[in-house]
Amino acid sequence: MAQNGLEDTAAVPLEPASQAALKPPETLRTGAGPTLCRDCLSYFPDGPLDCPACGSIRVICHAELAGLDIAHIDCDAFYAAVEKRDDPSLRDKPVIVGHAGGRGVVTTACYIARQFGPRSAMPMFKAMEMCPGAVVVPTDMAKYRQVSQQIKAIFLDATPVIQPVSLDEAYLDMSDEARGVSDPLPAMALAEAQRRIEDEVGITVSIGLSYNKFLAKLASDLDKPRGFSVIGEAEAKEFVATLPVSKINGVGKVTAAKMAEQGIETIGQLQDMPEMELVARYGKFGRRLAGYVQGEDGRKVNTDGTSKSVSAETTFRQNMNGADALKEAVGPLCERVGKRLADKGIAGGTVVLKLKTGDFQILTRNRQLPNPTQKADVIRYHAEALIEAEADGRYFRLIGIGVADLCSAIEADPPDLFSGLE
Amino acid sequence: MKLTIERAALLKSLGHVQSVVERRNTIPILSNVKIDAGDASVRLNATDMDLDIVEAATADVSTPGSTTVSAHTLYDIVRKLPDGAQIDIDAAGDGQVVLSAGRSRFTLASLPTDEFPVLSGGELPHQFTLSAAELRGLIDRTRFAISTEETRYYLNGIYLHKAESDGTALLRAVATDGHRLASVEVPLPAGAEEVPGVIVPRKAVAELRKLIDESGDEVAVSMSESKIRFAFDDAVLTSKLIDGTFPDYQRVIPAGNDKVMEVECKSFADAVDRVSAISSEKSRAIKLALSGGTLVLSASSPEHGSATEEIEVAFDGDELEIGFNSAYLLDVTRQIEGEMARFTMADAASPTVMQETDDTSALYVLMPMRV
Repeated sequence: MAQNGLEDTAAVPLEPASQAALKPPETLRTGAGPTLCRDCLSYFPDGPLDCPACGSIRVICHAELAGLDIAHIDCDAFYAAVEKRDDPSLRDKPVIVGHAGGRGVVTTACYIARQFGPRSAMPMFKAMEMCPGAVVVPTDMAKYRQVSQQIKAIFLDATPVIQPVSLDEAYLDMSDEARGVSDPLPAMALAEAQRRIEDEVGITVSIGLSYNKFLAKLASDLDKPRGFSVIGEAEAKEFVATLPVSKINGVGKVTAAKMAEQGIETIGQLQDMPEMELVARYGKFGRRLAGYVQGEDGRKVNTDGTSKSVSAETTFRQNMNGADALKEAVGPLCERVGKRLADKGIAGGTVVLKLKTGDFQILTRNRQLPNPTQKADVIRYHAEALIEAEADGRYFRLIGIGVADLCSAIEADPPDLFSGLE
Repeated sequence: MKLTIERAALLKSLGHVQSVVERRNTIPILSNVKIDAGDASVRLNATDMDLDIVEAATADVSTPGSTTVSAHTLYDIVRKLPDGAQIDIDAAGDGQVVLSAGRSRFTLASLPTDEFPVLSGGELPHQFTLSAAELRGLIDRTRFAISTEETRYYLNGIYLHKAESDGTALLRAVATDGHRLASVEVPLPAGAEEVPGVIVPRKAVAELRKLIDESGDEVAVSMSESKIRFAFDDAVLTSKLIDGTFPDYQRVIPAGNDKVMEVECKSFADAVDRVSAISSEKSRAIKLALSGGTLVLSASSPEHGSATEEIEVAFDGDELEIGFNSAYLLDVTRQIEGEMARFTMADAASPTVMQETDDTSALYVLMPMRV
């Protein structure tokens, strides 16, 4: 999420990005290319920089506007926005959603709170030091899930091909083939959905529109909150060249640090490297990277919407070591995973253990099961075996357990002669 | 220690003991085979601390003594030596063993014999004798059903125990993985009257099975609650038993199934085999539809298509459709030597019993699949 928003979305109708367009040079006022008014949804094939129909200056103007069809949607400070919607007294206050306890972390900070420094995943005590006036609201996942469904329903009116990434993020395939229609233009359908979400759900979203997922995600981040940004083919390569490597989906702290060691800070520095070299340097990921740095991304918007894994994790109040303590911690997580599998009517064929060490290294260990399962005690058995192999005295601050290789529950836990006997 | 041994004799004995040795060992001595030269024979011993095999072979011993060398290395060398080779083994000391045959000469690192762990049998109070054929039957007709799932470690072996049927005392072997169960019995041998129920681990079963074929007619069995020993003419296998409680398997053998189908076993197995070519690799599911004297086997998979085959059976119940894992059906039919097999079923969700029509000493239970 962008960290540069200065006002809170719910409170202020105008955002800085459009202020820049307040007084465009007279020469640009006409003939600027295909233009869409985000307020009244009027479209001008060769439009001005403010809307002749309603006078709004919230217009999107881009030469390729009519031809781009992959979108990325990101809700603005989602959890905080939902809490503000439901409690108007919070509207103008800095709000932090997360667990308030000693080792709690910030799940979401609203845009007001962000001005003081708090960010997602920051330890709560640190966030409170930075922003002592913040109101801390506990997370209410059930509520966010329900709001997320409402938002999804609105986007479904724009296209049936939606790939949710998380509760507050999704990719949309707006192509004519995906939608089965070519009218309205993708940008217009998106702007309408964006407006409806503000009106009907009461929160704001930012939209990125481009010709692939990688660029669409970058675009949604450009103009947050309440943004609508477009990256076209003409400027894509030049545009990504200036970005820091950490903007690439898949370049985390570790890879970024490795690249920094090699003197690579911007994506531009990777653009001249042949794919072979990228693969040699960064492994299998190098192949995708080679495309990304050129602004290319062949990944499809995955319509089936099924998640690849189901997991649960917890951060310890105090770092823990020893197999027994870790096993005790994993028990309730297995129950949670089992319950969620049962709720969804699915099962997993691989158990995945995740551990974060005291110095923030993340380990994951997998184990394939003889039969897919949705049973908590089976997951737990394998989780414990995985823990046994890792619990060598190191201290861990987080443990997570999940299942991958998801399949239908019908294939799971084949009927057993002894079930009920033991 | 110094001895000369014929390649074939060494290879056979070594073949048996070396498979006990785990490929990856954290304790170096467990990678080794102990060679113990007596007067006119040599004893080879390997162990993984749970399972121990000692096998004797004839050798020309000039200096009695003992040593240990890497089992897999030694086996590899002996395997590659030419047939008929005479092998000299000389443990002169200094942690080295020299092996020579023809123009080949190997110097192998050795470890002291006194480091080699002894899996002491302890007291083995129950002793009885089984014929090789009986033991083979007990193993062959049950081992396919042994569970490989570590979750239920107590199913990772064959449950050998005393039983009774119609007033006859029996020694019964049972194995199950929860999806199928196999139970085979022989008359209780003398000396086994008081045997405790024990679970013989899968690895011991596999090694035991190899020894049976190359030994005499009789096997001396002795056991306690924690160990079991099988003594053949030239070899002795000692194994720890699985420390666990085998579930009350009698309760999962259905007694009230009333739908009886009799089928010619070979043609049934062949049909299952053919139709299963289509079933999905993951589930291997196959459907049996019974109506009057006709059984229709069918399978379908989204990738491969579908298949059906019809065979004649003797069946007088109501129509029934029931699904099974075809691999499990074939595992059972492979054990049936007689001409006819009898299926006793209740419904599509309850366990089915399979038996050879003319031999009720073996019984198999199969859990149906949802198809």
